[in-house]
Amino acid sequence: MKITLFIPCYIDLCYPQVGKSIVQIFEKLGHQVECPESPACCGQPAFNTGYWEESQETAVKVLEQFRDAEVVVIPSGSCGAMIKVFYPELFEGSEYEELAKSVSSRCYEFTSFLVNRLGVIDLGARFPHKVTFHDGCHGLRELNNKLPPRVLLSKVKDLELIEMTAAEQCCGFGGTFSAKFPMISTAMGDTKCASALETGAEYITSCDSSCLMHLQGIISRRKMNIKTIHIAEILAQQ
Amino acid sequence: MVEDAQMNDKSTILTLIRHALKTPTHAETAKLKEKYLASGKPSVEEINSILPPCGATFEENLSIFKKNADDLKADFYPVKSLDEAIENLKKIAQAENWKLIATHGNGDLKTTAEKLGLPAIYTDKKYDVHELEKCDAAITYCDALVAQTGSVIVSSRTNKGRAISVLPPHHVIIAYKEQLIPSLPEAFALLKKKYNGNLPSMISIITGPSRTGDIERILVLGAHGPKKLTIFLIA
Amino acid sequence: MNPLALEFKKRATASVADVNRRKLVLTALSKFEVKRNEKVAQFKNWQKGRELAAALKWDALENLAENLELLVNNLEKNGAKVHWAATGEEAKNIIASIAKEKNAKLIVKSKAMTAEEIHLNEALEKQGFEVVETDLGEFIVQLRNEPPYHIVFPAMHLTRYEISDLFSEKLKSQPTDKAEELTMIARRVLRDKYIRADIGITGGNFAVAELGAISITENEGNARLTAALPRVMITLIGIEKVVRRMEDLALFLPMLATAGAAQTISGYNTLYSGPRKSDEIDGPEEYHVVLLDNGRTELLADPVERDALRCIRCGACLNVCPIYKTIGGHAYGTTYCGPIGAVITPRMRGIEDWQHLSYASSLCGACTEICPVKIDLHHHLLKNRRIAGTKTPVWWQKTAFKIYAKISNSPTLWSLMTKFGRLGQKLHPLIKGTKLDPAYAWTKNRDLPPIAKQTFKEWWRMRK
Repeated sequence: MKITLFIPCYIDLCYPQVGKSIVQIFEKLGHQVECPESPACCGQPAFNTGYWEESQETAVKVLEQFRDAEVVVIPSGSCGAMIKVFYPELFEGSEYEELAKSVSSRCYEFTSFLVNRLGVIDLGARFPHKVTFHDGCHGLRELNNKLPPRVLLSKVKDLELIEMTAAEQCCGFGGTFSAKFPMISTAMGDTKCASALETGAEYITSCDSSCLMHLQGIISRRKMNIKTIHIAEILAQQ
Repeated sequence: MVEDAQMNDKSTILTLIRHALKTPTHAETAKLKEKYLASGKPSVEEINSILPPCGATFEENLSIFKKNADDLKADFYPVKSLDEAIENLKKIAQAENWKLIATHGNGDLKTTAEKLGLPAIYTDKKYDVHELEKCDAAITYCDALVAQTGSVIVSSRTNKGRAISVLPPHHVIIAYKEQLIPSLPEAFALLKKKYNGNLPSMISIITGPSRTGDIERILVLGAHGPKKLTIFLIA
Repeated sequence: MNPLALEFKKRATASVADVNRRKLVLTALSKFEVKRNEKVAQFKNWQKGRELAAALKWDALENLAENLELLVNNLEKNGAKVHWAATGEEAKNIIASIAKEKNAKLIVKSKAMTAEEIHLNEALEKQGFEVVETDLGEFIVQLRNEPPYHIVFPAMHLTRYEISDLFSEKLKSQPTDKAEELTMIARRVLRDKYIRADIGITGGNFAVAELGAISITENEGNARLTAALPRVMITLIGIEKVVRRMEDLALFLPMLATAGAAQTISGYNTLYSGPRKSDEIDGPEEYHVVLLDNGRTELLADPVERDALRCIRCGACLNVCPIYKTIGGHAYGTTYCGPIGAVITPRMRGIEDWQHLSYASSLCGACTEICPVKIDLHHHLLKNRRIAGTKTPVWWQKTAFKIYAKISNSPTLWSLMTKFGRLGQKLHPLIKGTKLDPAYAWTKNRDLPPIAKQTFKEWWRMRK
């Protein structure tokens, strides 16, 4: 299958290893991976802030880019939700309405693509560590993506998954919210990190690098004894 | 002048509502209505397919009512006769040192009051609220018991007023077998039939003694209403 | 920046710093969540219940004008007097003139969010009436001269020691650390008030059109007493509270209690249809129902957000909201807090002044997930933000997004930005964490990740 990969802006800039891991995984499964040069962003920051015109400027480019794609895979619950759930709303009543619905139907978040579309649950990965999982809110509630990441982690050799009590609670990133209301954002992140530390896990993992970026920011500043890693990186470990 | 202002407000509000509703419903929300209200209103069975179980036989109803009463810290006594109820009440009255009770001067309630041998005020005639305030307990009938929730339904018709079932610190109910209704939807249907066109001014669904969690979410009984709720079911 | 938004941020910052208060609230709500899940599990089909509840409320709203007229006709047939108040001012005038006409001195009140909304107590006290809140939580915050912290649990932010000190000071009672003893102190004080009061004012949870009755939900029995002893009873209720049939309550009452208070059903659910009847020995001689609009018809006019009027004020959304749990009810600075408050306040009190409430959310969606009447809360926050972005755009933000769109659409510009970004990060430590730092909002409390030595796009290009 020809898989078109959409790499969100922050993964491109700060976490390229996540994208590399995914390319590695898909190529090992025998698929061809396409990665368009642009656009670099799905348009969510502008959309979430209420500037729909500015968001459309980017989103239109995304739609054009993926017009003919067989499937589009996105390693992010929040960007995935933006394209899958919110693009039809963003373009409702416009000339792009049909294209938006069409692209939306061909779009998948990375873990749900592996499990639900490809039917793959065991990638032969090995990651001998204690790990706890953070459910990114968009992935959890907009895309109903509770099970696929856990199914995939259960097949990773020597990995011990310990659920934290606050697994489903928002980490506090929320996009521009983290900059507009930093005091609330950080407090929420502190609560989340405390819950993760309680599990005794060595790593927090998630389908969302944006959440992990926020949590890592707090962990580094406070010198907490835990690390963050995107699930794709775990699944690519042999 | 006041009436004119009133009519204006009424007309304004109704006009604003009608105008507001001219824009049609958002599609998603309209679907829900199609799904559930195609026949006009939900049936008792439909609502009961959602609510907690209520039991299919009298024994099951009784058992569910008892479990609910226990969870609510209400005292439930299924008894075989009024006399058995009165025997139990005598023990309670002694243990709690009742000096004055409130009840009605007719039927089983009057019999109960006489056999208890305590001074009583009868609230089915004109009474002094200060006297009611001094009562240690109130003994009343009810309109129904609801197994599904462990509730007692009272009304200002059956109790001839509102205060008796809420002012005294211990509320005792004398209920009868046919009054135990399995579920809340059925109870409402029955009440509607019973009082159609001539409602009592108050119908109250009482579930357990008065309670509050307002202080650190710690459960305290007897906040303002009765601290104790005792139900006798004569079956 | 808008002064109300600035105050909100100040209060939020103060709340975050109050670590003990946050711990108290968080612990209470965590325990609550466990119990609530147990009660939800008792339902045979909770999700179906949410859909049916939403459908019933929706139907009632779609026929609001007819339902209101039916309600009023039936209430009047039952002997009640109905008043219509388009604004909060109107409502206050109506209630004050009833009180004046009855030569009232003492008024007892049970919980009514509508009364908070219009600042009723203040208005009545200014005109010389004594107003006493009877719900224990409201009684406590009234003594402290504060608004309620939560729409169902007004004093949940206070410890019993603080309440004991409060009672010692205001009621001259003996200090105690037992919740039961504190409650009994309040019970003794209030009993006298119920008996002496001239007027009882209540709110209402539902208004049943076919019956002509107001349904009031509570646990303490204070509304029962407010409605039983004084000679005049007044209910203030929002027009959106109308439901069609008595039987609808068989679904709403258990769902309200489960979602909001982790109870199968609340302690007292009472239908009041009028003043005492001729065969009733006690009860008020007059029953007045004041129907309040105060911006509800405006919300009704929005075909997408009008579902917010389905709200049954259960408080479930507050209980799950991570923002509410962090900053608490007072920080919002307005009557309705939590997610529902963040949705309706900008619409009912003005998007210019209150949009910050819709922005103070990470859009996690936990509220939408729990709402028993399926209000699309977190998506409404997005809608509000869109209205704000259109009506009151912040020019530098709008421009920044325009520039960002151009950069992310062009591979060349993106590549340039990447290179400049790396350079900027090398210089960043010089100003990091200081007021000169453009990323100060982030770096004050968090570290920023470095831009990779080779970004994904750069790696992909090389690969080809």
